[in-house]
Amino acid sequence: MKRYLRVVGAVVWKDLSAELRSRETFSAMVVFSLLMVLVFSIALELNRGARESTAAGVLWATALFSGTLGLNRGLGREQDRGTLEGLLLAPADRSALFFGKFLSSWALILAVQVVTVPVLTVLYNFNLAEPLVILSLVLGTLGYTGVGTLLSAVSAQTRARDVLLPILLLPVSVPVLMAGVQSSSAALAGTPWNEFSIWYSLLVAYDVIFLAVAVMVFEAVVGD
Amino acid sequence: MIAISALTRSFGLRPVLRGVDFAAEAGTITAIFGPNGTGKSTLLRVVATLIRPGSGQVSIAGYPLPSQSEAVRGVIGAVLHGPLLYSELSADENLRFYAQLYDLAAPQPRIDELLERVGLTRRRKDPVRVYSRGMQQRLAVARALLHRPKVLLLDEPYTGLDPAGTALLDDVLREQARGGAAVVLTSHDLAHGLALADRVVVLARGKVQLAAPSSDFTPETFAARYAEVVA
Repeated sequence: MKRYLRVVGAVVWKDLSAELRSRETFSAMVVFSLLMVLVFSIALELNRGARESTAAGVLWATALFSGTLGLNRGLGREQDRGTLEGLLLAPADRSALFFGKFLSSWALILAVQVVTVPVLTVLYNFNLAEPLVILSLVLGTLGYTGVGTLLSAVSAQTRARDVLLPILLLPVSVPVLMAGVQSSSAALAGTPWNEFSIWYSLLVAYDVIFLAVAVMVFEAVVGD
Repeated sequence: MIAISALTRSFGLRPVLRGVDFAAEAGTITAIFGPNGTGKSTLLRVVATLIRPGSGQVSIAGYPLPSQSEAVRGVIGAVLHGPLLYSELSADENLRFYAQLYDLAAPQPRIDELLERVGLTRRRKDPVRVYSRGMQQRLAVARALLHRPKVLLLDEPYTGLDPAGTALLDDVLREQARGGAAVVLTSHDLAHGLALADRVVVLARGKVQLAAPSSDFTPETFAARYAEVVA
């Protein structure tokens, strides 16, 4: 187990160290998120009521689209520079490699939300930094990143990966989007917890199922 | 150390390996030659566990493939076409990262020793992106040797190396063989490969066409025999 965790930690350290130095993926994700927020803000400028009711939707659409951008870069960049083979040559459990890639992508997606949520709050004049909204984002992006890491391993092996990953990932992410938007909207509207806690249960179930499937299938996907 | 019999492998409908028999002993250097597209890299990638054998038997250090892939990965070191290095990280950091993947305890003395051996000690803190192709190749060799592999696989390892780098790699490979490793490399340089290796193998049309001790040939007779078997 210690060895397993060391491999997971090594992959996370390597990914985040490389990202801290290049800032390529993080910058692209943040700029993309801010542009999306701005576009939605302009599109909904004339209707304040619509803005309030759609804030959670904008937050989630931004999180998922910018997340796709980051996931595309994760294993895709390993494939491009041939380092994926370096990982696969190591005598390490492939699921440890999966968890390493998954955790570094998740950290990146959450870091982008740390920038996006305050900007969205200012532009929409609506406090989105509510604890239950944050919980919803953490739970939703967890399962989304898990299935995204698996599908990015599939798409990284094709030439059309930039197009393929969103096509594969977004339909599978519909439950996350639904539960995320519903739970966030209800939390922002001050709805009693027992009336919308089901959406959090759905997010947890999605996380458990899709992470388990991703771990089981990852070796077969990268294994030849 | 490496025992392969009747190995086949296809990509889609295109067969690349059509029944390869191959062996490499501990403490020897084996050079594989052959025209482009005859399956040299595919053969090395099967041994490296990166692709599965289609059919046939493959055994590395006593471990059968593909059933014991993880055990095989622990005893092989590989230098493939790409250097398998992270350009944002330094040489030191790249080797430390791989040392963790290979579960090496207290790897720093081994990292220091290898960086010294490949002549990169003074540039160890520089990010790999500023390295020349030859320096990256030297670091790739250090990466492959990090865990003291019993089997060393090198796919055209002299690419990008200057004469000093070539001489250095020759010395390193001879050291590894003297230390008991089975060294297998692919090359297009017949004279250089013949001079370095203990055994030469020519792969053509998906099969081994020639396998013999290098001492059986002079550069001229080997070139003539090579031309004959690949024709």
